[in-house]
Amino acid sequence: MKILQVVEQAFRTIVEEQDDTILWLTQSMISAGGDLEVLLTGNCAYYVILKQRQPSLTLGSWKQTEPAELNRDITNLLEKKIPVYVLHEELLERGLLDTPVHEDIQVINHDQLLDIYDRVDQVWQW
Amino acid sequence: MSNRKTITFAFMDPPFENERTVTFFRLLDAALETGANVKVFAYEGAAALSFALQKAHGNAVHGRNETDEDHPLTKNWIAALQTKAASKDLQFDWVNCGLCVDERGVNECISGCGRGSPADLLRYATASDNTLIIGTR
Repeated sequence: MKILQVVEQAFRTIVEEQDDTILWLTQSMISAGGDLEVLLTGNCAYYVILKQRQPSLTLGSWKQTEPAELNRDITNLLEKKIPVYVLHEELLERGLLDTPVHEDIQVINHDQLLDIYDRVDQVWQW
Repeated sequence: MSNRKTITFAFMDPPFENERTVTFFRLLDAALETGANVKVFAYEGAAALSFALQKAHGNAVHGRNETDEDHPLTKNWIAALQTKAASKDLQFDWVNCGLCVDERGVNECISGCGRGSPADLLRYATASDNTLIIGTR
Protein backbone atom coordinates (compact mmCIF):
# COMPACT_ATOMS: atom_id res chain seq x y z
CA MET A 1 0.00 0.00 0.00
CA LYS A 2 1.42 3.36 -1.06
CA ILE A 3 0.68 6.31 1.22
CA LEU A 4 1.08 10.01 0.47
CA GLN A 5 1.93 11.92 3.64
CA VAL A 6 0.59 15.46 3.20
CA VAL A 7 2.40 17.60 5.77
CA GLU A 8 0.71 20.97 6.13
CA GLN A 9 1.21 22.21 9.70
CA ALA A 10 4.66 23.81 9.65
CA PHE A 11 6.97 23.96 12.66
CA ARG A 12 4.48 22.01 14.77
CA THR A 13 5.93 20.71 18.06
CA ILE A 14 9.48 21.12 16.77
CA VAL A 15 10.87 22.59 19.99
CA GLU A 16 9.64 19.76 22.20
CA GLU A 17 10.11 16.93 19.71
CA GLN A 18 13.33 18.31 18.21
CA ASP A 19 12.08 17.36 14.76
CA ASP A 20 8.95 17.64 12.62
CA THR A 21 6.86 14.92 14.20
CA ILE A 22 5.27 13.81 10.92
CA LEU A 23 8.60 13.61 9.11
CA TRP A 24 9.79 11.53 12.08
CA LEU A 25 6.71 9.33 11.86
CA THR A 26 7.32 8.90 8.15
CA GLN A 27 10.91 7.80 8.69
CA SER A 28 9.78 5.34 11.36
CA MET A 29 7.15 3.77 9.12
CA ILE A 30 9.60 3.51 6.24
CA SER A 31 11.96 1.64 8.55
CA ALA A 32 9.03 -0.69 9.32
CA GLY A 33 8.57 -1.45 5.62
CA GLY A 34 6.13 1.29 4.66
CA ASP A 35 5.85 2.63 1.12
CA LEU A 36 5.42 6.38 1.57
CA GLU A 37 5.86 9.63 -0.29
CA VAL A 38 5.79 13.15 1.16
CA LEU A 39 4.12 16.36 0.02
CA LEU A 40 5.20 19.49 1.88
CA THR A 41 2.28 21.86 1.49
CA GLY A 42 1.04 25.12 2.99
CA ASN A 43 3.67 26.73 5.17
CA CYS A 44 5.66 23.49 5.12
CA ALA A 45 6.87 24.80 1.75
CA TYR A 46 9.35 26.75 3.86
CA TYR A 47 10.99 23.45 4.84
CA VAL A 48 12.55 23.03 1.40
CA ILE A 49 14.70 26.15 1.69
CA LEU A 50 15.97 25.64 5.24
CA LYS A 51 19.74 25.50 5.53
CA GLN A 52 20.25 25.79 9.26
CA ARG A 53 19.12 24.09 12.43
CA GLN A 54 16.38 25.68 14.45
CA PRO A 55 17.60 27.99 17.22
CA SER A 56 18.07 26.46 20.65
CA LEU A 57 15.58 27.35 23.35
CA THR A 58 16.98 28.78 26.57
CA LEU A 59 14.88 29.07 29.74
CA GLY A 60 16.77 30.25 32.80
CA SER A 61 19.68 27.88 33.24
CA TRP A 62 18.19 25.26 30.94
CA LYS A 63 19.48 25.31 27.40
CA GLN A 64 18.40 23.02 24.60
CA THR A 65 21.33 21.10 23.14
CA GLU A 66 19.69 19.24 20.24
CA PRO A 67 17.23 21.56 18.48
CA ALA A 68 15.33 20.39 15.43
CA GLU A 69 17.21 20.00 12.17
CA LEU A 70 14.46 19.89 9.56
CA ASN A 71 16.78 19.94 6.56
CA ARG A 72 18.44 16.82 8.00
CA ASP A 73 15.02 15.12 8.32
CA ILE A 74 14.26 15.86 4.68
CA THR A 75 17.73 14.78 3.55
CA ASN A 76 17.25 11.50 5.41
CA LEU A 77 14.10 10.85 3.39
CA LEU A 78 15.73 11.78 0.10
CA GLU A 79 18.73 9.57 0.81
CA LYS A 80 16.31 6.65 1.21
CA LYS A 81 14.87 7.53 -2.23
CA ILE A 82 11.58 8.67 -0.70
CA PRO A 83 9.93 11.15 -3.09
CA VAL A 84 9.46 14.58 -1.51
CA TYR A 85 7.25 17.07 -3.34
CA VAL A 86 6.51 20.77 -3.01
CA LEU A 87 4.08 22.78 -5.11
CA HIS A 88 5.46 25.41 -7.50
CA GLU A 89 2.48 27.63 -6.79
CA GLU A 90 3.10 27.54 -3.03
CA LEU A 91 6.74 28.50 -3.45
CA LEU A 92 5.64 31.31 -5.77
CA GLU A 93 3.07 32.80 -3.41
CA ARG A 94 5.63 32.81 -0.58
CA GLY A 95 8.34 34.48 -2.67
CA LEU A 96 10.52 31.38 -2.46
CA LEU A 97 10.69 30.50 -6.13
CA ASP A 98 14.17 31.90 -6.64
CA THR A 99 15.54 30.37 -3.45
CA PRO A 100 17.58 27.20 -4.07
CA VAL A 101 15.97 23.98 -2.90
CA HIS A 102 17.55 20.55 -2.50
CA GLU A 103 18.03 19.18 -6.01
CA ASP A 104 16.24 15.94 -5.17
CA ILE A 105 13.05 17.66 -3.98
CA GLN A 106 10.49 17.55 -6.78
CA VAL A 107 8.82 20.90 -7.49
CA ILE A 108 5.45 20.02 -9.04
CA ASN A 109 2.33 21.83 -10.27
CA HIS A 110 -1.30 21.14 -9.41
CA ASP A 111 -1.82 18.89 -12.44
CA GLN A 112 1.06 16.69 -11.36
CA LEU A 113 -0.37 16.62 -7.85
CA LEU A 114 -3.60 15.20 -9.23
CA ASP A 115 -1.63 12.39 -10.83
CA ILE A 116 0.07 11.63 -7.51
CA TYR A 117 -3.27 11.55 -5.69
CA ASP A 118 -4.56 9.13 -8.33
CA ARG A 119 -1.50 6.91 -8.07
CA VAL A 120 -1.35 6.37 -4.31
CA ASP A 121 -3.67 4.12 -2.32
CA GLN A 122 -4.22 6.46 0.62
CA VAL A 123 -3.67 10.16 1.27
CA TRP A 124 -2.94 11.07 4.88
CA GLN A 125 -3.49 14.77 5.55
CA TRP A 126 -1.59 15.82 8.66
CA MET B 1 -15.20 -14.10 5.74
CA SER B 2 -16.68 -11.02 7.42
CA ASN B 3 -17.76 -8.20 5.13
CA ARG B 4 -17.48 -5.68 7.92
CA LYS B 5 -15.43 -2.61 7.17
CA THR B 6 -12.43 -1.68 9.26
CA ILE B 7 -11.25 1.89 9.69
CA THR B 8 -8.03 3.14 11.23
CA PHE B 9 -7.90 6.48 13.00
CA ALA B 10 -4.68 8.36 13.78
CA PHE B 11 -5.24 11.12 16.30
CA MET B 12 -2.86 13.66 17.87
CA ASP B 13 -4.81 15.83 20.31
CA PRO B 14 -4.80 15.58 24.12
CA PRO B 15 -7.79 14.79 26.33
CA PHE B 16 -9.38 18.07 27.28
CA GLU B 17 -8.14 21.08 25.33
CA ASN B 18 -10.28 21.32 22.22
CA GLU B 19 -13.43 20.16 20.53
CA ARG B 20 -11.51 18.11 17.98
CA THR B 21 -11.08 15.49 20.68
CA VAL B 22 -14.83 15.28 21.25
CA THR B 23 -15.44 15.08 17.52
CA PHE B 24 -12.88 12.30 17.24
CA PHE B 25 -14.71 10.26 19.88
CA ARG B 26 -18.05 10.89 18.19
CA LEU B 27 -16.56 9.56 14.95
CA LEU B 28 -15.36 6.42 16.75
CA ASP B 29 -18.84 5.91 18.17
CA ALA B 30 -20.42 6.48 14.76
CA ALA B 31 -18.06 4.00 13.14
CA LEU B 32 -19.03 1.34 15.66
CA GLU B 33 -22.69 2.25 15.23
CA THR B 34 -22.45 1.48 11.52
CA GLY B 35 -20.88 -1.89 12.27
CA ALA B 36 -17.27 -1.07 11.44
CA ASN B 37 -14.25 -2.40 13.27
CA VAL B 38 -12.10 0.40 14.67
CA LYS B 39 -8.36 0.70 15.15
CA VAL B 40 -6.80 3.75 16.81
CA PHE B 41 -3.20 4.95 16.77
CA ALA B 42 -2.86 7.59 19.50
CA TYR B 43 0.02 9.90 18.69
CA GLU B 44 1.55 12.79 20.63
CA GLY B 45 -0.98 14.31 23.06
CA ALA B 46 -3.52 11.61 22.26
CA ALA B 47 -1.31 9.15 24.13
CA ALA B 48 -2.89 10.57 27.31
CA LEU B 49 -6.45 9.78 26.29
CA SER B 50 -6.28 6.31 27.84
CA PHE B 51 -4.25 7.33 30.91
CA ALA B 52 -5.60 5.25 33.79
CA LEU B 53 -4.90 7.86 36.50
CA GLN B 54 -7.27 10.48 35.11
CA LYS B 55 -9.45 11.52 38.03
CA ALA B 56 -12.83 13.17 38.17
CA HIS B 57 -13.37 16.08 40.52
CA GLY B 58 -16.14 18.07 42.07
CA ASN B 59 -16.89 21.62 40.96
CA ALA B 60 -17.67 24.25 43.57
CA VAL B 61 -18.81 26.78 40.97
CA HIS B 62 -21.37 24.28 39.75
CA GLY B 63 -22.27 23.46 43.36
CA ARG B 64 -21.70 19.76 42.76
CA ASN B 65 -19.47 17.22 44.45
CA GLU B 66 -17.34 14.70 42.58
CA THR B 67 -20.14 12.18 42.23
CA ASP B 68 -22.77 14.66 41.11
CA GLU B 69 -20.45 16.51 38.73
CA ASP B 70 -19.59 13.22 37.00
CA HIS B 71 -16.79 14.94 35.10
CA PRO B 72 -16.10 13.45 31.66
CA LEU B 73 -12.84 11.52 31.38
CA THR B 74 -11.52 10.25 28.08
CA LYS B 75 -10.40 6.97 29.64
CA ASN B 76 -14.07 6.33 30.44
CA TRP B 77 -15.11 7.23 26.90
CA ILE B 78 -12.64 4.66 25.58
CA ALA B 79 -13.94 2.06 28.02
CA ALA B 80 -17.50 2.78 26.92
CA LEU B 81 -16.54 2.34 23.28
CA GLN B 82 -14.75 -0.90 24.12
CA THR B 83 -17.94 -2.15 25.72
CA LYS B 84 -20.03 -1.01 22.76
CA ALA B 85 -17.70 -2.78 20.32
CA ALA B 86 -17.83 -5.98 22.34
CA SER B 87 -21.63 -5.86 22.47
CA LYS B 88 -21.72 -5.65 18.67
CA ASP B 89 -18.97 -8.26 18.22
CA LEU B 90 -16.69 -5.64 16.68
CA GLN B 91 -12.98 -5.10 17.08
CA PHE B 92 -11.83 -1.98 18.90
CA ASP B 93 -8.03 -1.83 18.99
CA TRP B 94 -6.08 0.99 20.56
CA VAL B 95 -2.33 1.53 20.59
CA ASN B 96 -0.43 4.47 22.02
CA CYS B 97 2.85 5.74 20.59
CA GLY B 98 5.32 4.48 23.18
CA LEU B 99 7.74 7.41 22.99
CA CYS B 100 4.82 9.84 23.30
CA VAL B 101 3.67 7.98 26.40
CA ASP B 102 7.13 8.09 27.96
CA GLU B 103 7.69 11.81 27.51
CA ARG B 104 4.31 12.57 29.09
CA GLY B 105 4.60 10.05 31.92
CA VAL B 106 1.26 8.48 31.02
CA ASN B 107 2.46 4.89 30.96
CA GLU B 108 -0.46 3.47 32.93
CA CYS B 109 -3.27 3.01 30.46
CA ILE B 110 -6.62 1.30 30.89
CA SER B 111 -7.14 -2.33 29.94
CA GLY B 112 -7.51 -2.92 26.24
CA CYS B 113 -5.12 -0.15 25.26
CA GLY B 114 -1.46 -0.84 24.68
CA ARG B 115 1.95 0.54 23.91
CA GLY B 116 3.19 0.55 20.35
CA SER B 117 5.08 2.43 17.66
CA PRO B 118 4.57 3.94 14.19
CA ALA B 119 4.92 0.41 12.84
CA ASP B 120 1.53 -0.28 14.42
CA LEU B 121 -0.06 2.59 12.51
CA LEU B 122 1.30 1.04 9.34
CA ARG B 123 0.03 -2.40 10.40
CA TYR B 124 -3.40 -1.03 11.30
CA ALA B 125 -3.72 0.94 8.05
CA THR B 126 -2.65 -2.00 5.93
CA ALA B 127 -5.32 -4.17 7.58
CA SER B 128 -8.06 -1.55 7.17
CA ASP B 129 -10.36 -0.43 4.39
CA ASN B 130 -9.38 3.18 4.95
CA THR B 131 -7.55 5.51 7.30
CA LEU B 132 -8.61 8.83 8.77
CA ILE B 133 -5.81 11.12 9.93
CA ILE B 134 -6.73 13.85 12.41
CA GLY B 135 -3.65 15.92 13.08
CA THR B 136 -3.37 18.59 15.73
CA ARG B 137 -3.55 22.25 14.66
